[in-house]
Amino acid sequence: MRTKLPPYTSLIERIWHYAFRIICGLIFLFLIFPILVIVPLSFNAVPFFTFTPEMLSFDPEGYSLRWYEDFWTSVNWRGAVNNSFIIAVFSTLIATALGTVAALGLSRRNVPYRTTLMAILISPMIVPLIISACGMFFFYSRVNLQGTHLGVILAHAALGTPFVVITVTATLVGFDRSLIRAANSLGADGVTTFFKVVVPLILPGVISGALFAFITSFDEVVVILFVGSFEQRTIPWQMFSGIREHISPTILAVATLLVIFSIALLMTIELLRRRTERLRGVRA
Amino acid sequence: MQGAVLRHLAFESRKLFHQTQTSMPDTAIDSAQPITTADGIPLKRALARALRRDKMKSLALVSPLFIFIALTFLMPIGDMLWRGIEDPIVSSFLPRTVAELKEWDELSGELPQESVYAALVADVKEGADTKLITRVGKRLNYELPGMNSLFRKSQRRIPRLEEGGPYKDAVIKLDKKWANVETWQIIKTFSPTLTAGYFWAALDLQVTPAGDVELLPDKNRIYLNLFWRTLLLSGFITLMTLILGYPIAYLLATLPLKTSNVLLMLVLLPFWTSLLVRTTSWIALLQRQGVINDFLVWINLIDDENRLSMIHNATGTVVAMTHILLPFMILPLYSVMKTIPKSYMRAAVSLGAHPFRAFFKVYAPNTVPGIGAGGILVFIISIGYYITPALVGGRSGTFISNFIAYHVSVSLNWGLAAALGIILLGLVLVLYILYDRIVGIDNMKLG
Repeated sequence: MRTKLPPYTSLIERIWHYAFRIICGLIFLFLIFPILVIVPLSFNAVPFFTFTPEMLSFDPEGYSLRWYEDFWTSVNWRGAVNNSFIIAVFSTLIATALGTVAALGLSRRNVPYRTTLMAILISPMIVPLIISACGMFFFYSRVNLQGTHLGVILAHAALGTPFVVITVTATLVGFDRSLIRAANSLGADGVTTFFKVVVPLILPGVISGALFAFITSFDEVVVILFVGSFEQRTIPWQMFSGIREHISPTILAVATLLVIFSIALLMTIELLRRRTERLRGVRA
Repeated sequence: MQGAVLRHLAFESRKLFHQTQTSMPDTAIDSAQPITTADGIPLKRALARALRRDKMKSLALVSPLFIFIALTFLMPIGDMLWRGIEDPIVSSFLPRTVAELKEWDELSGELPQESVYAALVADVKEGADTKLITRVGKRLNYELPGMNSLFRKSQRRIPRLEEGGPYKDAVIKLDKKWANVETWQIIKTFSPTLTAGYFWAALDLQVTPAGDVELLPDKNRIYLNLFWRTLLLSGFITLMTLILGYPIAYLLATLPLKTSNVLLMLVLLPFWTSLLVRTTSWIALLQRQGVINDFLVWINLIDDENRLSMIHNATGTVVAMTHILLPFMILPLYSVMKTIPKSYMRAAVSLGAHPFRAFFKVYAPNTVPGIGAGGILVFIISIGYYITPALVGGRSGTFISNFIAYHVSVSLNWGLAAALGIILLGLVLVLYILYDRIVGIDNMKLG
């Protein structure tokens, strides 16, 4: 990190060099501290959102696992966890399947109205969530989908598809079409070619698109508030109503678990990225 | 591109040509006879057909998603657009009254004739059985307070009136408001089934009986102030993310790749962490009994009574949203800065420029596309934000989206919610077109 400064740098430049590093350090602190601070707070022994004197003196009495226990035993939270996974998994499956196929179509040559189509397919990502949520609430109430699992899954799938379309289209930019022709000329039919040649090559793009779609659904809170009801409550739904009504450190325990979950996801994506880079490096 | 298309076609329809190619001597090209494929179709038409089939194949791949998005997303948005302009309540529950009112001149200052009152009695009697007539009162109450109670009262009492009339005096005796010209003007103004009324209301405008549109008096303006506050706070948040994001992006772009990749994780971790987690932690940090206040009291900077209120106001919204949106600024800035060769700065310095001068004259102008991309992106996300302002915004830190949610789920004035939503959507779309011009939506980077 510490690059040697050239000998001709003046004093002011030296001071500025280190001052700049300190400023950047403070900004990184601003970025990370709020996320890390909830970890110790979640082990609080009393129902406060702040550090107690016992905690600051590292007295074991000040710490407890009661909020994790509360989370684990609560029917509400358990239901929320189940719903979160059910809704995220199904909406990811729909979004990934439809998004991948559409991206394959969009990456072919001479697609008519490509820009317009792309703009429409990406629109769920562009329109502010509150507006999507509002419109979905109005429309889904008309067709009796409001307050059903199916309604929430469809809504989340719609929100997730743009990410799949974007990532898979990006993977297909460097895709060598003569491979398909080679497979065809060797006697493979369309389906075999797709599963044996195309899918393995675009898989990293599909997986990272699916991860984006999953996290979109898993994190989503605006649409679920409008389209869902208590029966469809997800973890974010439960957190939102928890913060609004009775604020308890159980939320901090859940938040800590979610931070760990997002670190795991981040690692997965980083590993995927490195893998693709390595593969590209080998090819080049 | 063109060549590639042709190559592709040549392969696709090789079996069509092969006979032509083998059987036809070179001289055929010069002859007047059009070149045909094996089954006698002119080559030009066969090519066009193959091209068309290719296009249809692409569209067939895109269509499942297109239909899905149309059903689950575009139709809801269309539904909202429709709700912003449709206004069927008055005309469907007071059909006779609306028809009779056509004859009445609302600018004359006189009350409508007897036949209008008779029509009103007939309409209310019919609607009273189902109690749906109160919906008219509810609707008109948005425009003129007091209409709700008027219709509730009329719904109870009008069915008890004697048959045969005359009704005018009898109805006025029930409630003096029926002798008010303004009451009738409101009913007439809102009798068409399509209305721009919600849009006027969303922009703090009102329609006078004469048909003019005028701005509400200062103290009654809600939404213009709210739009203005949303834009102002979003602008401020964008500025804060730029000030904090620029040094970080610069540091990431100038450090060796190995170090910067590690530091990039520190930017991506908040980006991947649930939005509610980040909002929760800001509540824990900023509230009166929170970590920051406790710390300031502990180091005796403030005393226990004068704890700072940093949450449930505009400060809370700005701090939490700056933190949440910072990665959206850093990432586009970083991707632009990565492409600026380091030799530019070295060249400027070696030509005698002071490093600071070199930075502002050479480096900074090159980062303008990144500033534009990040700035517009943060601004767009910010003006449509709902969750964080709702949880930490209190009274002074709420955005237009919070009022949309309020009208959908609390006041149930869906028309107004839809109109506010459409104005916000229009604003966002204009900004996106700008964004598309600068960066291109296709180039959007994800993480």
